[in-house]
Amino acid sequence: MFSHSKIEQNVILMLVLILITVSIGGLVEIVPLYTVESTIERVEGVRPYTPLELRGRDIYIREGCYLCHSQQVRPFRDEVERYGHYSLAAESMYDHPFQWGSKRTGPDLARVGGKYSNEWHAAHMADPRSVVPESIMPAYGFMLDRPLEAADIAERLETNRAVGVPYSDEMIENAAADLEAQADPEADTDDLLARYPKAAVGDFDGNPALLSEMDAMVAYMQILGRMVDFTDVKPEDLRQ
Amino acid sequence: MTDQASASSSAYNEGVIRLLVIATMFWGVAAFLVGVLIALQLAYPVLNLDLEWFSFGRVRPLHTSGAIFGFGGNALIATSFYVVQRTGRTTLFGGETLAGFVFVGYQLFLVMAGVGYLLGITQGREYAEPEWYVDLWLTLVWVVYLLVFLGTTVAMLHIVNALALPVSWTGTKSYSLFSGVQDALTQWWYGHNAVGFFLTAGFLGIMYYFIPKQAERPVYSYRLSIIHFWSIIFLYIWAGPHHLFYTSLPDWAQTLGMTFSVMLWMPSWGGMINGIMTLSGAWDKLRTDPVLRFLVVSVAFYGMSTFEGPLMSVKPVNALSHWTDWTVGHTHSGALGCSARSISWCPSCGGARGSIPSVWSAFTSGSRPSASCSTSRPCGSRASCKA
Amino acid sequence: METLQAIAEALRPFWGLWLMGLFLAIVAWALWPKRKAEMEQHARIPLRDDDGEM
Ligand code: HEC
Ligand code: HEM
Ligand code: HEM
Repeated sequence: MFSHSKIEQNVILMLVLILITVSIGGLVEIVPLYTVESTIERVEGVRPYTPLELRGRDIYIREGCYLCHSQQVRPFRDEVERYGHYSLAAESMYDHPFQWGSKRTGPDLARVGGKYSNEWHAAHMADPRSVVPESIMPAYGFMLDRPLEAADIAERLETNRAVGVPYSDEMIENAAADLEAQADPEADTDDLLARYPKAAVGDFDGNPALLSEMDAMVAYMQILGRMVDFTDVKPEDLRQ
Repeated sequence: MTDQASASSSAYNEGVIRLLVIATMFWGVAAFLVGVLIALQLAYPVLNLDLEWFSFGRVRPLHTSGAIFGFGGNALIATSFYVVQRTGRTTLFGGETLAGFVFVGYQLFLVMAGVGYLLGITQGREYAEPEWYVDLWLTLVWVVYLLVFLGTTVAMLHIVNALALPVSWTGTKSYSLFSGVQDALTQWWYGHNAVGFFLTAGFLGIMYYFIPKQAERPVYSYRLSIIHFWSIIFLYIWAGPHHLFYTSLPDWAQTLGMTFSVMLWMPSWGGMINGIMTLSGAWDKLRTDPVLRFLVVSVAFYGMSTFEGPLMSVKPVNALSHWTDWTVGHTHSGALGCSARSISWCPSCGGARGSIPSVWSAFTSGSRPSASCSTSRPCGSRASCKA
Repeated sequence: METLQAIAEALRPFWGLWLMGLFLAIVAWALWPKRKAEMEQHARIPLRDDDGEM
């Protein structure tokens, strides 16, 4: 028989050994990814999200879209033919948190930008079965009428900067104005586009009078996969 | 094991365990009902009712967290408190007060997380969805649990994963510290460890305590239990990348993940064999003891899902299975421990229902400790293997 | 980050060794002939009477 104290000693020893083992394991396995140059390909074009896209992304996360949609095209012929070039690590380097997903109930969205018109997206989001009769995607009609909350937009950009997204001072200063301008068909968007090349601009939700959650959602959809121009990417740039 | 009456068993802290068992049942039933709901939503999208807080994307985390953390977590805590007292022949450190705090605190965590999901407050990372304020609270609860129990690794995992910077301390939105690839690997390092340690190691704990108990035979090989347990721990650490095959994760990390995942097959079956061999010579008990029946089926499912897992970790197989319902099937055959034989996801309901009476009588009378009993219960404690 | 990186790099070569060593130590400990009786005793832990004295 053995005593009570011996059991406790054993449990503590075990705990300590597990902690050491797990923490070194985590450190050694994860840290290299931050530092090894090779993890991220050298491609041009990946930029931080515009304020409006960022808000759209927040909503994407809030609604759990990632539970049905992946954002990761794998290097297989069937996927590449359907969705486009396979996904690069560089393309999600400013994604906090990543949205690669683990389930494809619906199609991959990594390259959905530019595939459909804004009207299509707004109609589809509000009532998927109006455009794809057999769809099982939930309807998100409320986004059309819900004004986009964005009072803290500059703060959101700053928080992203604190975790490593290269938002410049200029971007943060103009965050609120950029947010409005992107969804306003009347606005002058030259500065916005200089700061955030390739951003889709204009009215997204069919209602220029209201800056709605739908505007943000569709703006986000429209940038997905469009930042990198794969026509100028050379194979050696892709080596990890 | 005698069936003598309860008088002396009350020397142990039983009250809090009884509460935890009730909570387990409650969250179990709730999570399964929600599981049925989301399954129906997938089949009949009108059931999303066009209500934002009722739509699939917000309700699904309620199911997964409810099942893993509500059902599994409560059962894990209950079993560990139950077993640690008996193997250590002592009452709980801090008595009913500290243990009571763990109980109340944990339920509060579950409610906060659950309400948050419906309101759309989530980090958007599977199995680590709760936002930072919920994480902070949970960390506190785990620390107290650790104090009470002195032995689980989960709290540390949670601290790593809570490294999200709040936008402002009064807001509920945060952006994770890591991005893209790095975020993906930290996510699955945690995600895998959550499922791995929480469901698997806990389940083994139950098996090693309750199969011998119910069969009234010693563990077939205690040495094997030590060796396979530590093999699992060492190998699991490397297995996280099997959730990220063919993604932008660098190849070396993927290859590492595949190799170690395939190796996991062996020690996992070591556990299964140990459980089944413990029964040799006592198979007749299966005819009379429902608890044992559940345990055996669950060991069998453990064996199947730990074969399926390594299979799915072979990259070309994963090319097919990833992103499909195959993964969800594997999840439920492992996590329910008694699914897979039917196409639907639900069979463990039977398991839980069947065992309520026996759990309850065990806890009230102090006899036949079927304790956390049922089969699928992903819980238990290491104490049973080690103490 | 830099220090973390340095630490990780310094640890990496030892990590596999540490794991292997720790694991072999556990295996040796578990299989050591002297411990046979103790192990068999441990295998009976779940069978100890529930309601016994503490
Ligand atoms: C229940 C799972 C589910 C959820 C949750 C879900 N979707 Fe979908 N989604 C689908 C399915 C299924 C399709 C394919 C049928 C269709 O086009 O409606 C789809 C299609 C799409 C498409 C068209 C893709 C293409 O290439 O044709 C977009 C864009 C889209 N979803 C965006 C979203 C967004 C944004 C959200 C979150 C607000 C979301 N989805 C939430 C299941 C889902
Ligand atoms: C040897 C043991 C195991 C191995 C090697 C293994 C491997 C895997 C693999 C390859 C996947 C698919 C990842 C993907 O393609 O996305 C997976 C998913 C999963 N496994 Fe296992 N598995 C094992 C045992 C278990 C057990 C016993 C359980 C439960 C108790 C479990 C729970 C899960 C869950 C919940 C997921 C889904 C994760 C997600 O949401 O994507 N696994 N596992
Ligand atoms: C009545 C029983 C149950 C039903 C009807 C059910 C149903 C479902 C459904 C419909 C999904 C979503 C699948 C998808 O997105 O395609 C799901 C996911 C999931 N369920 Fe269940 N479930 C049940 C029991 C359980 C139990 C007992 C557990 C764990 C202890 C569990 C853990 C999970 C997990 C971890 C996922 C995520 C799977 C993944 O990402 O791969 N479920 N379940």
